Amino acid sequence: MNLTLHVWRQAGPKAPGKMVVYQATDISPDMSFLEMLDVVNERLTERGEVPIAFDHDCREGICGMCSLMINGVAHGPMKGTATCQLHMRSFKDGDTVYIEPWRARAFPVIKDLTVDRSALDRIIQAGGFITAPTGGAQDANTILVPKESVESAMDAAACIGCGACVAACPNASASLFTAAKVTHLGLLPQGQPERYRRALEMVDQMDLENFGSCTLHGECQEACPKEISMDTITRMNRDFIRGRLIGTRA
Amino acid sequence: MGSLRGFYGSMVGKKVVMGVTGLIGVGFVILHSLGNLLVFRGPAAINSYSHFLKSTGELLWALRIVLIVAVILHVIAAVQLTQQSRAARPIAYTKQERQVATVASRTMRWGGALLLVFIVLHILHFTTGTIKPAGVFSPDDVYANMVTSFRIWWVALFYVVAMLALGLHLFHGAWSSVRSIGVSPPSPQPLHHRISLAIALLVWAAFTAVPLAVVAGIVR
Ligand code: HEM
Ligand code: SF4
Ligand code: FES
Repeated sequence: MNLTLHVWRQAGPKAPGKMVVYQATDISPDMSFLEMLDVVNERLTERGEVPIAFDHDCREGICGMCSLMINGVAHGPMKGTATCQLHMRSFKDGDTVYIEPWRARAFPVIKDLTVDRSALDRIIQAGGFITAPTGGAQDANTILVPKESVESAMDAAACIGCGACVAACPNASASLFTAAKVTHLGLLPQGQPERYRRALEMVDQMDLENFGSCTLHGECQEACPKEISMDTITRMNRDFIRGRLIGTRA
Repeated sequence: MGSLRGFYGSMVGKKVVMGVTGLIGVGFVILHSLGNLLVFRGPAAINSYSHFLKSTGELLWALRIVLIVAVILHVIAAVQLTQQSRAARPIAYTKQERQVATVASRTMRWGGALLLVFIVLHILHFTTGTIKPAGVFSPDDVYANMVTSFRIWWVALFYVVAMLALGLHLFHGAWSSVRSIGVSPPSPQPLHHRISLAIALLVWAAFTAVPLAVVAGIVR
């Protein structure tokens, strides 16, 4: 199949960028989206041009490194799927595909389609951890956790930190990412000692990083490759209110 | 006070203020829209209802103050959050396709601005009588004030348009506020808005019925 790509090219963080048109020819529908870009890059390299920079690592939907706004949709048209797991069979021969980096003040472009997502790391550093010594595997089994809590905590823990929620949010809010972490740790007994402090510090860090505020449009949940529920945002707000108004002691 | 500043200083805290003040507004518009339906029972019914409200004196003023403070806080938080969110994406996408955001959620800001204009004009029109589109105003005859005003087509139109904005604002707001303030229970389909749809339709229909009934000559 043949496609026309409109790709954001930007030489560096301070350089001006623009959309550049490329033809992607003889693409197999079985290729992943990133393999298609690999092919385009190989041809660019052969012609002596600078290949398109994009982020990726595991290419199996677990690391959270891949990104890309594809035709205006974070991670492209396939629901619950990261860009690396998106295949060209989701497109038609002759399609025009717009490829842009995540756009947020908190995610400055490094080069072309790669952005600096360390703002998310700093939100984790602010409170996305527990201090209780959890021992070995058998010790974990001695702490009883209700089944529903395990399930909900695991659902929230599926977040891979890709930042698609921020990219898709009309407000560039990081609420879904932050709420996923607050929920994941706050639902488990080991996460209780810091539960309310965690909500306060992570929310405060989210503000410091210049993300936007949540209007509950729901775009984050729709874009999330791990289908994290926006119910987590309600829970984050609840823990934040409790922590601010009553105190952080669990 | 330190904790209050920390509360309101955060975007989540501001959103909680919006949610609480918005819910006060939701409660108010439900009661107000139902009260207005008394025009369909004739001048005596609505005028005596209005006299009853005014006879409560301090209670009415307490309620008015709560509502005015709620609107002021709601608007201040809305403006601040809007500015922060705009600043959070300085470079727009060439192409961005909304997947699930509704017309209602996307018009919260412009619709809210229209509602603010409406609230001010509406108070000057029917409460204080400062603006008299029909040239007459009687503080004791609410019925006559409504009928003479809504016979003017652009007054009726302004109310009908503003109530569309209110209906949309309520459809998103009545649902989002309980999530913002952290009380909504987890849902298998978090984007379901059934209760707020009912609230929005009820309030929209009840408020819109009055000017339309006057225009149609049903209420005269
Ligand atoms: C009849 C009057 C009004 C009622 C009943 C009302 C109700 C609400 C409710 C319940 C919410 C949801 C809050 C949340 O999600 O936590 C909301 C949000 C909002 N309201 Fe209002 N509101 C009213 C007037 C206004 C006015 C006058 C403005 C003017 C600027 C405004 C601007 C907004 C905005 C911008 C939001 C969304 C904020 C965001 O999440 O980004 N509203 N409103
Ligand atoms: S919540 Fe979903 S979209 Fe947001 S960072 Fe985590 S995995 Fe990515
Ligand atoms: S490259 Fe690892 S999740 Fe896509």
